[in-house]
This record gives sequence, C-alpha cells and structure tokens, in this order.
Amino acid sequence: MKYMDEFRDPSKARSLAREIRALVGRIPRARQRPLQIMEVCGGHTHSIFRYGIQQLLPDEVEFIHGPGCPVCVLPMGRVDDCVALARRPEVIFTTFGDAMRVPGSKMSLLKAKADGADVRMVYSPLDALQIARAHPDREVIFFGLGFETTMPSTAMTVLEARRAGIGNFTLFCNHITIIPTIKAILDSPDMHLDGFLGPGHVSMVIGTRPYGFIAQHYHKPITVAGFEPLDVLQSVWMVLRQIAEGRCEVENQYGRIVPEQGNAQALGAIREVFELREFFEWRGLGSIDHSGVRLRAAYAEFDAERRFPVPNLKIADPRACQCGEVLKGVIKPRDCKVFGTACTPQMPLGSLMVSSEGACAAYYNYGRIHGASA
Amino acid sequence: MAHPRSRLAPDATIELAHGSGGKAMRTLIEEVFVSAFDNPDLAALEDQALLGMVELAAQGDRLAFTTDTYVVDPLFFPGGDIGTLAVAGTVNDLAVGGARPLYLSCSVVLEEGLSVQTLRRVVESMRRTALAAGVRIVTGDTKVVERGSADKLFINTAGIGVVPRGVSISQANARPGDVIIVNGRLGDHGTAVLIARNQLALQSDVESDCQPLNGLVAAMLAVCPGIHCLRDATRGGVATVLNEFAQASHIGIRIRESAVPLREEVKGACEILGLDPLYLANEGKLVAVVPPWAAAGVLAAMRSHPAGEHAAIIGEVSEEPAGTVIMDSVFGGQRVVDMLVGEQLPRIC
Repeated sequence: MKYMDEFRDPSKARSLAREIRALVGRIPRARQRPLQIMEVCGGHTHSIFRYGIQQLLPDEVEFIHGPGCPVCVLPMGRVDDCVALARRPEVIFTTFGDAMRVPGSKMSLLKAKADGADVRMVYSPLDALQIARAHPDREVIFFGLGFETTMPSTAMTVLEARRAGIGNFTLFCNHITIIPTIKAILDSPDMHLDGFLGPGHVSMVIGTRPYGFIAQHYHKPITVAGFEPLDVLQSVWMVLRQIAEGRCEVENQYGRIVPEQGNAQALGAIREVFELREFFEWRGLGSIDHSGVRLRAAYAEFDAERRFPVPNLKIADPRACQCGEVLKGVIKPRDCKVFGTACTPQMPLGSLMVSSEGACAAYYNYGRIHGASA
Repeated sequence: MAHPRSRLAPDATIELAHGSGGKAMRTLIEEVFVSAFDNPDLAALEDQALLGMVELAAQGDRLAFTTDTYVVDPLFFPGGDIGTLAVAGTVNDLAVGGARPLYLSCSVVLEEGLSVQTLRRVVESMRRTALAAGVRIVTGDTKVVERGSADKLFINTAGIGVVPRGVSISQANARPGDVIIVNGRLGDHGTAVLIARNQLALQSDVESDCQPLNGLVAAMLAVCPGIHCLRDATRGGVATVLNEFAQASHIGIRIRESAVPLREEVKGACEILGLDPLYLANEGKLVAVVPPWAAAGVLAAMRSHPAGEHAAIIGEVSEEPAGTVIMDSVFGGQRVVDMLVGEQLPRIC
C-alpha cells in the first residue's frame, strides 16, 4: 500500500494540474471548444470518479468515457442467453460478480438465481473449473467476459480443462477486443475526439504497437495510461503535450507494467484457443465487425454455444436511449432525453447507467454535487 | 466444559426429536442453553420471563426494544462466530439508541444433523459476550428443521433496554456544524468473513471487530448526554449509515478520505477486489454525530475506552447538499458516497 500511496500524492497532483493548465493555454483550439480526451477503459473511468480527477482539470479539458466497461457494453440478448443457459437444470452457471446485475430483456442473472437457477459468483475462471471437478454430474458453464485483460485467464483455463480431461466444463464466450471498437468510434462521422488514454491492463497483454493506426491514420495522440490518479493526470498531460506540439504518437505512461511488445505467453494462449467472430453486437454501439472472439473449432467441446441451445436473439436497445452518442462523446450524459428521468441507477434503461463505471451512472452522482452548490 | 450426568453424548448430532417438545428437547435446552446462560429467570423454564417494572423505571423513562436475526456463512470466522454476533448485534442496536441493554431472548433454528459440539461452541460465545455486555439471556426457543431446510444454525435475539431520562438520539437529529466520529478502523468484519469463505486465495490476520458497544456508548453519553445521532455500521457499512443520517436529518455530510481509519490489510483486500471499505460490514463500529462543542470531549472519552482506541473524526455536517454524502478524496477531488443499489459485487477489471 505504501507503494500505491505514492501515486496518490495530492501535492504532486496540484503541480501536475498547474502544468496541464499551462499546456492548455498553448493550444489555440481549446479556446473554441473543450478538448475531448477519451479514456477507453472502465478502470480509468472508475479512477476519474473515485478521485474526482475531472475537478482538478481546467474547463477546457473533458473526459469522454469510452466503451471499456465490459459490463456496460453487454447487449441484452446476450444476458438473455446467459439466463437461458443458467436455467437448464443440469447447469451450474458461473460468473464474475458484477455481471450478475446487468438487466436482460426480462431479467438479470441475480433474478434468475433468486428464481432457482444455480448461478454462482467466481473470482477467476479457474474457480469455475474447480466447481466442474467437484460436480462431475453437472454441466459447469463459465461466463467469459471482458477485453484482452481477462481473455488470457479464460484461454489458460480452457487449455487446463483439455489437459486435465474435464468434460463437464464449457465456456460461454463473450470476450471482446478493443482495437476494432476504437476504430469504429474513430470512423463515426460525428466524432470530435482530440486524443485517447489507452487502456493499461489490455496493453499489458497486447502491448502498445496495435495502437499505431490511431496516430498514423487518424492523427490522434494516444497515451497508454496506468490507473492510479497520478497516472491518469500525467497521461492527460502527455496527450495535451502532443497536441500542443502538433505530434500524433503512441506514448506509454504505464511503462512499469506495459511492455511495447505485450505478453507473448498470454497472446499465445489467446491465439491458440480463440478466433475472431465476423461481428459482435455491443450495447449502445450496435454491431462491430471482428470485435468479438469465439472458441476455435478445435476446442468446440468446451464451447457452450455449440454444446447447448442458445436462443441468440437480437434485442434492440431501448429506443429512447442515446448511449451510443454518449459513448462517442457526441452528447453529454445529461443531454440524453431519458437521463435521470426514465433512466436512473435504480432503474437503468441504458447500459451506461448499469455499472458504476458507466458514464451516465457516474454523471448522475457527480451532478448532484454541483447541482446543489450552483 | 464438564457436563456431569449429561444425557447428551459428546458426539451427538441434532435430530428432529430435539425440537419435538418432548424429553430430548428438554435435555438439549437444559444441558446446552440453561446451563450456559445460568440465570434464575431462564432456569425457571416458564414460557416467559417476568421483568420487574420498578427496577426498570428506576433506570430511565423509556424502554428500548429491538430484534435481529443472525445468519452467517461460515458460522465461525476469525474474531468471532454467529453466537458473538447474535449477542453483540442486538446489544449494539439497543446501545446506539442510548439505552442500557438489560435482557435478551435467544431463539434458534437448528438444521437436523448439526453437531451438538458446534452448538455448544456457539452458545459458549453467546454466554461470554452476554457476560461482557452485562446483559442476561432470560427467555428462548428451539426449533429443529429437516436437513436442507436451513443452513446449520440461525439465531434470533430480541433485546430490551432502558433509556435514561434526557437522552434523545435519532437519525433525524443531525445539525449543520455537527462533527462525525467513528470508533475505529472500518471494514474488518466484512474482510474477515470474505477471507474466511476461502474463495479468494487471500490470507490475512484481519479479525472481525465483533464486540458489544454499550460500554463505549455509556462512556460517550457520560461526557455528552446530548449526542445527536448514533448508529452501528453493520451491513452496508459506514456509507449507508451516513446516507441514512443525511436523508433523515435533511442535511449534507462531508467526510475526508484521509481521515477514515483503515487497516492496511483491509485497504489491500479492497484494492484487489475493487470493493469500497466504506460499504463493508462492521460488527463493532458505530458512527456518532455530536455537537461541535462536545466533539473533543467525546473523542477523548472514546479513545480511552478499549472499544474506541482508534476513534477518529472523519467529517462534518453541512446544510447543503441536503440528503447527500460527499467525500473529499485523498487526491483533492470530490465524489458522492451514495447508497448501494444492491449488494457490493467485485469488479472484473
């Protein structure tokens, strides 16, 4: 913890905030409209709100909270599939805790559990494998979820299941991949982003090279950032410095964790087990080509989608929701038609209200501080 | 413990007969409960305890009455067990109303197949905790359900206490300018139970803070009978209690993250799991709202009591924003500390 406290030093934060203000003064376009920096990862969104980082920045710099909260971008149809699988009498459905509350079109996994489905919270896919070993008479399904951060541990678990010959373990694969998603956002015509904070944990696996296209083709600066509050502030400063100096590069603020070439062993396991899907459906963003992975045919025996009937129905996002526009930074959460009225953290309509990392849920709370003092 | 003339075998298990009202039940009650709690009211084995009103009236002008049911998995965890919880929890619910806790009931629901040894261990914890809190367990009930109909052992305790004249504590009493005090490090119980469930492959020495708080509350009331709000921060943690105060009193609450007392191990576990210690359960922590002029005295009284050694002022009451709790982060920013929508669930990334 001592080591961590150094990354939370308020006096260093104040001096960084001063440097940021000075840099912004050197960027002429900041005088016409605020500079928009997207943090791609939900972990960054969490830090920004937990430590109140936005309030340390000048008004000319805005965070746009990107699509990097795997729970937020899970479409309702996939949650319905989870519920359908979990309700099979022979199935023990295992999942990370925060996926349990995400609403499907009819219910969440939490509700399915209350109704009698055997849904169990695990902290790692290996826990699910352990449950499969302990219950040879049941079918244990693990709900694989998340970006390249969680993909290696799922892949290793599948490899271990094969090695140990465990026949009653399968994966319901909903892993998604970050690069096509960033590209889809950059391709959207109403996008105004000025730069990116790159996802730290994903980059620990994939390295920094895959982001090259952001700088080269789209001419946007990106800094791969750590998760402590000083990491985030320093990364904002690095992006702004690129803008001030007219550079567009991939920089790495999180060098203590993220190697340029990524983690070869983790990437090897991912490549061995997974292949890209043609497309994957996202809440708020719609279908994005090559943005999800599934198990390769060689691992079909571990694929819940191949072993069990999965309804796989496409459920449209509620029409009133403007999650997609919020995710792209086109509108602020509070400009959405249903923000705080039909859509609240207690009764979320849109994905971004579901998780505490979602932009709308965060704004809903943050707005209360300022709404009251204004 | 020696059990002369015991008719319960040392390796006995609970059977449906132990709840049937017959001889087996009588043996269980006498040998496990009556012998441990050891007081004439209970030993009389009447259907009710009779409490003298004159004696009660001499101690105050209002009765406080509360009930709580205890279910915890696992039954035993570092720093306590379900028995410690069942006594301390109900004692604390009385104490934070300003009451002197006096009498408790004890009803148990036992699952067929529970070992009597386990039950004895739990009852022994109840005895010890009741002794420490100065309360008597004067009435009770035993039910046995079929295997699978309950998880090992559930306990309900109800409690009666007397509130001294002049003491008026309510969640609606907080006033702008008041000072918020907690009696020690937060989140120990939640962390200890989480780790005892053994799903995390984490190891630590964190123990539950499970303890009766009536002695501490008496010491606080002795220096400041006009304490405004007091509540034990059990499920939902300190964050939930502060929100309840803010809403009931129509005031704002501002706390400082740097002032919140936390063990390094609890901080570490929360970092790993993405949990917020402000929402973790405690079983021996209270939150007090006291008028500013009394704050230093109350804090000193708390720190000189064993249950308040690490007491700290964590924030103040403000007029605005009414109904809201705001925390100044260690980093210089602010955030709203809201009520949880549901259970706190670990984050995946």
